[in-house]
Amino acid sequence: MFKSYRALPLGGVIQATPDRAKKKTGDWREEKPVWDEGKCVNCLLCWVRCPEAAILTEEEEMAGFDYDYCKGCGICAHTCPTEAIEMVPEEEEVPKPEPERERAGAAQGRGAGRGRRDGSKSE
Amino acid sequence: MAARVSERLQVLTGHQAVAEAMRQIEPDVVAAYPITPQSEIMHYFAEFVANGKVRTELITVESEHSAMSACIGAAVAGARTMTATASQGLALMIEMVYIASAMRCPIVMAIANRALSGPINIHCDHSDAMLGRDAGVAQLFAEDAQEAYDFMVMAPRIAEHEDVLLPVWVNLDGFTLTHTADVVELLEDELVREFVGEYRPKYPLLDVDHPTTQGPFALPEYYFELKRQQVDAINSVPRVLQEVQAEFARLSGREYQGFFEPYYLDDAEYAMVVMGSTAGTAKEAVDRLRERGERVGLLKLWLFRPFPREEVATALEGKEAVAVLDRAFSLGSYGPLFLEVSSALYESERRPRLYNYTYGLGGRDTTASQLEAVFRQIRDEHLSKEMHYINLRE
Repeated sequence: MFKSYRALPLGGVIQATPDRAKKKTGDWREEKPVWDEGKCVNCLLCWVRCPEAAILTEEEEMAGFDYDYCKGCGICAHTCPTEAIEMVPEEEEVPKPEPERERAGAAQGRGAGRGRRDGSKSE
Repeated sequence: MAARVSERLQVLTGHQAVAEAMRQIEPDVVAAYPITPQSEIMHYFAEFVANGKVRTELITVESEHSAMSACIGAAVAGARTMTATASQGLALMIEMVYIASAMRCPIVMAIANRALSGPINIHCDHSDAMLGRDAGVAQLFAEDAQEAYDFMVMAPRIAEHEDVLLPVWVNLDGFTLTHTADVVELLEDELVREFVGEYRPKYPLLDVDHPTTQGPFALPEYYFELKRQQVDAINSVPRVLQEVQAEFARLSGREYQGFFEPYYLDDAEYAMVVMGSTAGTAKEAVDRLRERGERVGLLKLWLFRPFPREEVATALEGKEAVAVLDRAFSLGSYGPLFLEVSSALYESERRPRLYNYTYGLGGRDTTASQLEAVFRQIRDEHLSKEMHYINLRE
């Protein structure tokens, strides 16, 4: 893992190797998108805007989410014109944090750039 | 091979010479924002774009920070990329210049050197260039419009060399070179195109069959090693520059050998080190003193980054005294060029006496007579080692 600087890729560029596929970055997620097929009009704006290409399609129609890579940013839910996508807590039962822990956790989350989009929803 | 150059010599400003080089190179992408005294480079180049002389994608952005960011995006996508700026514009770019270097983007940048605010001023000094001193960019300084043109033609070859892959700055003195006309010999368009060749990016983001992540987070386990890669990259510049100079000489008949031009330096007892257009003034001073039999000479530095330590030391050791002329302050220390020269000579047993002179800040004029006076002053073995100022009202 820790290679000489000479063995590291130029400028830290990360190439697509089979190993990369094993990194399931979806485990960062704190909230996940869920989808109401009845409300969906297949405009695919979520597919266009998903920064992780984690919107699945079948024959050019919305087919769900790739939870292996979805980081739970919520852009799909925000962008959906028919409110067919909703963000729900990743764990069904999230223990209600202590007020102090919640503040510390939120600050840490912001620092790392992956805080909850809306902290109140997770309660 | 006989030198094949355009038949007509042209009268061009430094701006025009740089813009002509850009036209001949025809980069894929140029992103820029106007700032005095750079703007005219882009005026001329935009005209080439509008008139269909080049197929370059010219991106007019809302700030230099955006210009540099757009250049990085384009370079990472796999485009040959250029920009130009000066002073505050360069200051605004600097955050992204460090990133361009770390992401190994071979972006060629013309810098129309201008004093940094404040006080606000539009005229030449090298304080803007010194912003890039530690950024991981190769820096060339031109004495005249011809050198600015020649360096622009050479720059992509240096930047894009697989051992380098760093931004290259071509510095030309604002107004003194950018806005004055000079006789410039352009190469034929085809020769330049052949010389720079096709840009073959290593990891183009647009190569969707080989997807990459560029510019990722590098925490303590990786940051140091990735910075170390940049050391090797910039240290490759002198070798690559010499290869490119040799090829350019075959093409143009113009010989650039090494990292500086020595002017009556070999047998000189007293020498001066200077970068940029003031080298022309210093040559005049040297000529006048040589006519009177004084053994004085000049080291006109082309390559400031990476600093050619050994070559500069070899050229200067054994002299009685050397005046190093800085056109920028490093407030709280000696000037940036002096620090380099004195560090280069530290190991030498035949170290000359060294003196630091600051000159020309904010476009203050420097005359040949003033530089003659400098040569006279440094003869004095008791001359103060404190900073000296040329043409300053004490």
